[in-house]
Amino acid sequence: MGIISRGFGGRRRTAEDARVPPGQYLTDGFPVLSAGPTPRVTEEDWRFSITSEAGDTVTWTWEEFLALPQERPHTDIHCVTRWSKLDTEWTGVGLDTLLESVDTAADFALAYSHGGYTTNLPLEDLAGGQAWVVHAFGGEPLAPEHGGPARLLVPHLYFWKSAKWIKGVRLLDHDEPGFWEQAGYHPYGDPWREQRYWGD
Amino acid sequence: MPGHWRPAVLVGARAESPTARTLVLKAEEGWPGHRPGQHVDVRLTAEDGYTAQRSYSLAAPAVGDTVEITVQRVPGGEVSPYLVDEMAEGDRLEVRGPLGGWFVWDPASTDPVALFGGGAGVVPLMCMVRARRAARSRALFRLVYSVRAPDGLLYRAELRERAPGDAGLDVFLAYTRTAPEGTPRAPARVGVADVNTHGLPAEFGPMCFVCGPTGFVEAVADALVALGHDPGRIRTERFGASGGPR
Repeated sequence: MGIISRGFGGRRRTAEDARVPPGQYLTDGFPVLSAGPTPRVTEEDWRFSITSEAGDTVTWTWEEFLALPQERPHTDIHCVTRWSKLDTEWTGVGLDTLLESVDTAADFALAYSHGGYTTNLPLEDLAGGQAWVVHAFGGEPLAPEHGGPARLLVPHLYFWKSAKWIKGVRLLDHDEPGFWEQAGYHPYGDPWREQRYWGD
Repeated sequence: MPGHWRPAVLVGARAESPTARTLVLKAEEGWPGHRPGQHVDVRLTAEDGYTAQRSYSLAAPAVGDTVEITVQRVPGGEVSPYLVDEMAEGDRLEVRGPLGGWFVWDPASTDPVALFGGGAGVVPLMCMVRARRAARSRALFRLVYSVRAPDGLLYRAELRERAPGDAGLDVFLAYTRTAPEGTPRAPARVGVADVNTHGLPAEFGPMCFVCGPTGFVEAVADALVALGHDPGRIRTERFGASGGPR
């Protein structure tokens, strides 16, 4: 056992414990984390693109995006800043649906956003019913500070991977570190293995 | 690189307000140093091995292996009441860091700097102010500090009676709920007019650092963009539900 903090009792959780990764605590709020000003993107101007490793690009307008089959993921989310939030409800389009329009053999993806944010993921983490581009939270349109009009949702990884204000995804043959990944945060970010920082 | 968990012992503490306390922690096996604006992860372990972890902004440049954090008590919180009310000199915890490579000021930079702190969001900004003094930097600094009421003011004496090394630092206190008698500005949330009047003009091309609760950060960052500041030079950091930074 490590260093004991004399007099620290702590507050143990019970049934929900198993759903909270190591080093995290539960919140009922929805904290906001971002590195700069909130970009203001109108639905009219909104586009979402996927570019393959060969350079072919598929683009959806807001109307086209909403016309795709909609899914309602119900999931827990985990932020590297240590809060976890259980039972969040989202509405959006599965990456599997979006990737159907793209011919690719890429291994990696780089999501990029309005405002310049980027984050990298293995492409297999965007497939298989694990990732969505979502436009509603709790049945309400996604607020700008939470990434609206639309954000990526990849709940099995720390939440910085769920890029807000998403503009598109580039599919790549090589892994290209994104914004936080260049700034000391883990390239993969599995909350259950506590992959917070470089070297974890 | 944040490295490993390091044992640290409380070697001093100061009450900053009725609800906030600065903890002076000595990393017993050394501290690699940090840049102003960075934070640290803190781990507490109970007698039975239960642990809790939180992130806190570093409040001052390191002195040798000694670092400072300022913790605001969150009512009903799990960790902050212990740190603010219980922990005594000689008690120990673990720290890991420094963390964060984005919300940092470079003391070698001569660019003007506009700092906007809401509540305990002033903590990493105070680290920048103190680092500026320590580095004998002459960079133009403006601090706009939004606080509910006078009794919530952190670093009161240091901000009021500034050290000689603080020439070139301007501080504006924006009270949101209750202001001391005679304060010209009526209590109100910080808005675009405050940012315009008490920040720095966009033409100066300042680096802007904004830290506080989400509503504050959104309002100030939006105001800065509206006033023509380059969004790429506006860096923000927010409080999570813990009341700890980010």
